[in-house]
Amino acid sequence: MSLTTLLVLADGRLPAGGHAHSGGLEAAVSSGRVRGMADLDGFLQGRLATAGVVTASFAAAACADPQRWRDLDAGLDARTPSPALRKASRAQGRALMRAGRILWPVPALDRPAAQRIAPHHPVVLGAVAHGAGLVPRDAAVAAAYGTLTGPATAGVRLLGLDPFGAHALLAGLAGACDRIADEAAARAGDPVDTLPAAGAPLLDIGAEQHATWEVRLFAS
Amino acid sequence: MRATARVVAEANGRGGTRLTVLRGESPLLLRRTGPDGGAGLTVHLVGGAAGPLRGDDLSLRIEVDPAARLDIRSVAASLALPGPPGRPASRLRIEARVAAGATLRWLPEPLIAAAGCDHRAVTVVEAEAGATVVWRDDLVCGRHGEPCGQVRTDVLVRYAGATLYRHELAVGADAPGWSGPAVLGSSGTGGAYGSVLLAGPPVTATAAPAGPAASPAHGTAVIMDLAGPGRLATAVGADIRAVRAALDPLCERLGEPPEPQRDQAMATA
Amino acid sequence: MVQHPEAQAPGPATDAVRHSHGPGIAGQQPVVHAHGPDEVPHTHPDPAVDPHEPLLHGPRALRVGIGGPVGSGKTALVAALCRALGTRLRLAVVTNDIYTTEDADFLLRNGVLPAERIRAVETGCCPHTAIRDDISANLDAVEDLESSLGPLDLVLVESGGDNLTATFSKGLIDRQIFVVDVAGGDKVPRKGGPGVTTADLLVINKTDLAPLVGADLSVMDRDARARRGELPTVFLSLTQDRAATPVADWIRTLVAGSQHATTG
Repeated sequence: MSLTTLLVLADGRLPAGGHAHSGGLEAAVSSGRVRGMADLDGFLQGRLATAGVVTASFAAAACADPQRWRDLDAGLDARTPSPALRKASRAQGRALMRAGRILWPVPALDRPAAQRIAPHHPVVLGAVAHGAGLVPRDAAVAAAYGTLTGPATAGVRLLGLDPFGAHALLAGLAGACDRIADEAAARAGDPVDTLPAAGAPLLDIGAEQHATWEVRLFAS
Repeated sequence: MRATARVVAEANGRGGTRLTVLRGESPLLLRRTGPDGGAGLTVHLVGGAAGPLRGDDLSLRIEVDPAARLDIRSVAASLALPGPPGRPASRLRIEARVAAGATLRWLPEPLIAAAGCDHRAVTVVEAEAGATVVWRDDLVCGRHGEPCGQVRTDVLVRYAGATLYRHELAVGADAPGWSGPAVLGSSGTGGAYGSVLLAGPPVTATAAPAGPAASPAHGTAVIMDLAGPGRLATAVGADIRAVRAALDPLCERLGEPPEPQRDQAMATA
Repeated sequence: MVQHPEAQAPGPATDAVRHSHGPGIAGQQPVVHAHGPDEVPHTHPDPAVDPHEPLLHGPRALRVGIGGPVGSGKTALVAALCRALGTRLRLAVVTNDIYTTEDADFLLRNGVLPAERIRAVETGCCPHTAIRDDISANLDAVEDLESSLGPLDLVLVESGGDNLTATFSKGLIDRQIFVVDVAGGDKVPRKGGPGVTTADLLVINKTDLAPLVGADLSVMDRDARARRGELPTVFLSLTQDRAATPVADWIRTLVAGSQHATTG
C-alpha cells in the first residue's frame, strides 16, 4: 500500500461530490437536535458507530474482492431502509466512480452494469481503493473517516461552529476509526448477511424529512 | 435458564388455520387465545418468569405453512434485567419461516431495557414469495428515570430468497452515541424506538404514501419504501407512548385479509 | 479481457508490458503497443478502443456557465436566453442556487422551460465549490439531462450567486459568461478578479439603472477593456431587451461553431 495514495483517496478535497452532503447533519440541525459543539460530538459518535461501521465494513469487503460488488450493493440496499439515503449513497457512489476511474484503473466498475446502476458509495470506495493498490483496512479507514468529515464541516457551515473545535472532534475519534477499520478488515470476507448492519433511526427519519424540504443547502 | 418454544400453524382445509405444534417452556410459554375468527389464529407469549436475565438463552421457532394465518402477541412487556453478575448476556433468538400465501404478524408488547441488563435479541425471518409478514418491535430504554441497560437487536428478514431488511440497533453504555442526535436522541435516559416491517403482497397492492408521518406527540416517525418488496415504519420518541401513537394505527389492520371497502392502514397513516 | 499494467503492483512486470492506449478516440490513430519478451500472455479485443470507456457517450451539448455576484441578474438572464433560444435549440439548464430549488422554480414559474429540462444541484453552502473544485454533482446533472432528453445543443449551467472570484472549472463548461450589474458600482470591472478578467463574455447588466445609481457606463467599458484585452463585453438591460439579444447572439455563434466542429 501507499500511504500517500490513501491520503489522496481520503482527502475531503477529492472531487467526488462529498461537499454537498452533510451526512444527516442539516436535518439534525433543523430539528433542533444539534445546536452546538457537544451535540455535534454526540452526532458524530452515533454516526460513526452506525453508518461508519457499516460503510467501513462494506468498503473493506469490496476492496478485498471487488467482484462481489453486486452482492455487497444488495446488502447495502437491505441495510438502508430510507429511500433518500439510498439515493444519496448512490449519488456519492456515482461521483466517486467518476473521480476514481480517472485516477486509477478500476476494472470491476468498468462494466456497463456498474455504470448503469451506480453502486452504493461504500462499494465504489472499496473497489476504487482496490484499483488504487490499497488494502481493505485502508478502504475501511477512508470510509469510516469519510462518514465524519461531511457532518463535521457541515456543522461549521450551518452553525458557524469553531472549525478548530470541529476538527478536534475528528481527531478525538481517530482511535475509534482505527478500531472500526481493524474489525472491518478482519471480517472483509464474511458473507454479506453477517456483515454489520448498525442502523440509526434518527438518520433515517431525518433523511426522509430532509428530502421533502423545498429549501435545503445540502443534498443529504 | 435455557428454554425453547415452537409453534407451527397450517391451513385447516376449511379456510381457517390450526396449530399442529404449540410447545414452550418457562419463561417462553405460548397460549392459543381465542378461536379462528376468520382472520387467523392468535397465540400469546405469556411470561413464565421474570426476565430475560443474564445467562438466559431463549429460542423461539415459528413456522407458518401455506395459506395459514398466525398472529403472535404477548400479554405484557418483557423486561430485560441484570441477573447474576458475571453471567453472559441474555439471548433471545427468534426464527420464523413463512410459506407462500401464509401470513405471520408478530405484534408483541415492548422490550424494556432495565438498568444493568445485557440482552441480545436475534431475529431471522425467512419468507417465501407470496408470504405476508408484519413484524413489530418496540424498545424502551430503561424504566422510568433509570439509565438504559445494554440491548443489542439484530434483525434479518429474507423474502423470496433475497435479503429484504437487515438491521442492528445497540443501546446502552457500550454503544457510542446511541442516545445522541444521530441515533435515538434521548439524551441518556428514557427514550423509545419502534419499527414495523411489512413485507409481501399487501405492500405492492397498497398505494400508500411513504414519507414522514404526521408527527406524534413528543416523537417523530417515518414510513419508508424498502429497496425490495416491503415497507418499514420507524418511530422514535421520548417515551413509548409517542412510539405507540405513531405505530399502533399502522399495525391494527396490516396483513388482514383484504376487504374491498377497507383502506389499508398504511394508506391512511 | 484487457490486462492493465497500471492495475498491477509496481515492479518488473510494468517494464515488460508497455501499452499506450491513445487519446481515447476510437479509430483515430493506431495504438502504440510494445510486448516485452517475458510478459504475461494476454489478448486485446480491439486495440483501437480504450477499455476505459468515458462516462460520456456520443456528441455532447455545448456547455455555457453563467456566473456572477448575488443579485446581478443571472437567473433573469438565463430566463431571457431560454425564451430567445429555446425554440430553435435543444436546451437544458442546471441551476446551483444555494437554496436548492429557488432558481429552478423561478424558471418554471416564468414558464420559460418545462420542468424536465431543469435540474437543481445542491451545493452544500459552497456554490463556488460545486462549479469549480468539485464539479461532480453538476456533471451528473448535465449527463442526466442528456440521457433523459436525448441529444442537446446547449446546456446552461447557472452558478449560485457568489463573489468576484468564483469561476467555472473547464472540466464542467466550455465557455463562461460573467454577469455584473451597474448597481454594484462602476468600480467592479476595475477591481477585476477571475470572473471579470477571464470570462469568455462579460455582461454588464441593468444598464437602465445607471443614472439612478450614478454609474458611469463609459468608465465601466474602459476598465473592462483594460482588464479583459480582446475578450468581449456587452451591456444589457433586460427590461429593455427581454431577449438578451447580444448574449443570445454570442451563444448562437458558439453553438454553430461547436456543431460545425463536431460534424466537420
